[in-house]
Amino acid sequence: MIELDGVTLTYDGASAPVLRDVDLHVPEGELALVVGRTGSGKTSLLRLVNGLVPHFSGGRLRGRVRVDGRDTAVHRPRDLADVVGLVGQDPLAGFVTDNVEDELAYGMESLGLPGDVMRKRVEETLDLLGLAELRGRPLTDLSGGQQQRVAIGAVLTTHPRVLVLDEPTSALDPLAAEEVLAVLQRLVHDLGLTVLLAEHRLERVAQYADRVILVPGDGSVVSGTPAEVLATSPIAPPVVELGRVAGWHPLPLTVRDARRRAPALRERLTTADLPDRRTTSGGVVAQTTDLTVTYGRVNALRGVSTRLARGEVVALMGRNGAGKSTLLRALVGMRRPTSGRVEVIGTAPADLRAGDLLRHVGLVPQVPGDLLYTSSVGDECAEADRDAQVPAGTTRALFDRLSPGVPDERHPRDLSEGQRLTLALAVVLAARPPLVLLDEPTRGLDYTAKHRLVEILRDLVAEGHGVLLATHDVELVAEVATRVLVIADGEVVADGPTVDVVVSSPAFAPQVAKVLAPAPWLTPTEVAVALAGSEVPR
Amino acid sequence: MRPQHFPHHPRHLHPGAWWLWAVGLAAAAGRTQNPVPLLLALAVTGFVVGARRSTAPWARSYTAFLRLALLLIAVRVLFQVLLSASAEGPTVLFTLPSLALPATSGLKLGGAVTLEALLQATYEGLQLAVILCCVGAANALGSARRLLRYVPAALYEIGVACVIALTFAPQLVTDAARVRQAHRLRGHRGRGLRGLRRLAMPVVEGALERSVELAAAMDSRGYGRTTGDPLTRRRTGLLVLAGLLGLCVGVYGLLDVTTSAWLGAPMLLLGALVAVTGVVAGRRGHTGRSRYRPDPWALPEWAVTLSGVAAAAGAALDAHLHPALLVLASPTAVPPVPLLACAGILLAALPAVLAPPPPDSATPAARDAASPLGVAA
Repeated sequence: MIELDGVTLTYDGASAPVLRDVDLHVPEGELALVVGRTGSGKTSLLRLVNGLVPHFSGGRLRGRVRVDGRDTAVHRPRDLADVVGLVGQDPLAGFVTDNVEDELAYGMESLGLPGDVMRKRVEETLDLLGLAELRGRPLTDLSGGQQQRVAIGAVLTTHPRVLVLDEPTSALDPLAAEEVLAVLQRLVHDLGLTVLLAEHRLERVAQYADRVILVPGDGSVVSGTPAEVLATSPIAPPVVELGRVAGWHPLPLTVRDARRRAPALRERLTTADLPDRRTTSGGVVAQTTDLTVTYGRVNALRGVSTRLARGEVVALMGRNGAGKSTLLRALVGMRRPTSGRVEVIGTAPADLRAGDLLRHVGLVPQVPGDLLYTSSVGDECAEADRDAQVPAGTTRALFDRLSPGVPDERHPRDLSEGQRLTLALAVVLAARPPLVLLDEPTRGLDYTAKHRLVEILRDLVAEGHGVLLATHDVELVAEVATRVLVIADGEVVADGPTVDVVVSSPAFAPQVAKVLAPAPWLTPTEVAVALAGSEVPR
Repeated sequence: MRPQHFPHHPRHLHPGAWWLWAVGLAAAAGRTQNPVPLLLALAVTGFVVGARRSTAPWARSYTAFLRLALLLIAVRVLFQVLLSASAEGPTVLFTLPSLALPATSGLKLGGAVTLEALLQATYEGLQLAVILCCVGAANALGSARRLLRYVPAALYEIGVACVIALTFAPQLVTDAARVRQAHRLRGHRGRGLRGLRRLAMPVVEGALERSVELAAAMDSRGYGRTTGDPLTRRRTGLLVLAGLLGLCVGVYGLLDVTTSAWLGAPMLLLGALVAVTGVVAGRRGHTGRSRYRPDPWALPEWAVTLSGVAAAAGAALDAHLHPALLVLASPTAVPPVPLLACAGILLAALPAVLAPPPPDSATPAARDAASPLGVAA
């Protein structure tokens, strides 16, 4: 269905090609998962398929790309609209109309389909994706998962043979992500669609894939069955890592596979020492008492009381729109409490002058680029030194520790997602705020960048910062959080040590916990350490 | 009669009808600086929006326009006070310390502020404010994006540009707010020229990036795919563009009384004619774009459009017959009531009942669940 023959792609002004001599064939009806680090050329590969590369992006393409027999060299993206449906990373950025029904019809209008066909297909798509209830709703009022499903539906109505998705679940909470993936699986099974899907969160999608395409970043592409590719791939979901640790062969790809093999491992682990998860938390850095925040008539937070201490990493979890961001905003004083109190080291953050705020609390926003405004990394660091009134070079040194080897003259927009996040983090840390907040830090981060982030967070805690991170990433929480705070509908519904909150929860349990439950193991590393320890006597 | 002809059958009115209505009302406001018809027109826009707007986010935009309009009046008055070019009228309210500027500039900073000058400025500001509110009402009632569905496919580039503009004007505002808040986190107050520079960079860059993203999305969803052969496309495009230009000049002529009478209605008609010819020619040239559930143009559409025309006609008639009623001789005198203009503007309030109510966006099932009977279930 998708055929790439000898494809070499070089962007204008680039010294080396993004993709070099790539031969790739994806047969009809397969769900192919594209994995690789950020900036490795995943998005370029996806956009080759519907002709946006090179028609829209520019650059030089050698070799041949054919989709359903059509050569993209002579077909523009709009000429391929009835064969390939492309769903971008941020569904809201690709919406053209106002409401669900019009959005679904938009592609068909462009193709000039007759009215009765359009009506029939809109109804079918609404039913297929479970959107019937939302048909007249404005797109901006929908939740993230609903928006993503509308974006998928909007390209499905033209009855494409191929569906291409760029990180469809990275912004979604675990349950909304499952909703979207269930829809994709149904499309592959029932309609025989060929799906090409890029995703960093392998733990969410690896189990659905028929084929994994690894883009290592050196221009080559490796394609094979999931078990083959993931066995050697440097990036793998936790369940595969657990399989490697336990020495299972073939490697399990799903939690279900792993659970069937798990009894022996659980047996071995009963004698092993549980990892030491005690934390050495120091003084309280922030606390909220009966914190209530309302927007108009909406209660964003209702009576939240909690405290954050030095030396702990608290994960803030909950559905999209549950009130996570509002709590963060209240803690940095962007939002005054409607009633109740917020205190960061004894003062209400909303009363602090901007210059003093950064010595109390720092927030890395969901879009780290919001914090950056100069045209080079060097200027950015110098500005941050001045803002924080610290000796020149402090921020640069911090940034070098977090992501070494970035030249001073690089533009912040040209950094990878991970580097941009660490630059924003360095800027925030320059003033050494006792409390550091992060909003969705792993959005768009690959596994390597995530490992780096975990190390950085552990260092911060060791240095006595308190860290609060709002996230959907259960694997990150399992790695690094000492405490989990779950909020739903503006209320705290769970607050306790990570193991207690996460292991029993169907939505928030990491893969290893799902495999080894009820035993409280969270990450492959913990298991590996425990096994190594218990096997020493043998 | 089919249901779309009944004003009580819930559906979305054709956005074109709302825009024509608003243009009519704005044309009436453009003819006069008499506060009586102006305030009446303002009340009419508010009333109709209140009666017939939907629950969609863009329907809330009227308040934003109203706020902008009030700001506009305030700015106009402030400038009058600070830069009173000439002390018009004898009633001096107060005197500001004045600063002499070179006589050639014709400006004077500070000085005597007269009641006449203040009132005149208020009325002028009010006129602009009412026109702005008419646009706001049209935007709230017939979303500009829905109107965009009727842009002929031949105008491919213009369509893309309009969609992007409509998406990013509001997006730019929310982005700016977000980035400003982020700056506080870095210890700035975000004021002054430096603050503006720091704000502009991420906001504009982000907006540009997303514009490209949206254009790519439109392209990959087939927009502009079947625009016919290049020759017809060019001819259609030219005709429609010329027509739209004519329409714009015509609207401008209607709104601005000082221009020649030839710029008003005749130009509007000519423009409309050329544009329609272009669209028809484009259709024949098989532009191939179809429309999902096109809004019907039925009796309520005619009624709404005509009520707007009535407002414009009333003001135009009054301007012709009793010009003294619309342009005040002395701002301090109690403003007279121009009967014809007021009657026309009052007719423009009829859409509050003649236009069909917007349908509820919730599905029948959801409504049943929300009804008191459904609560027990």
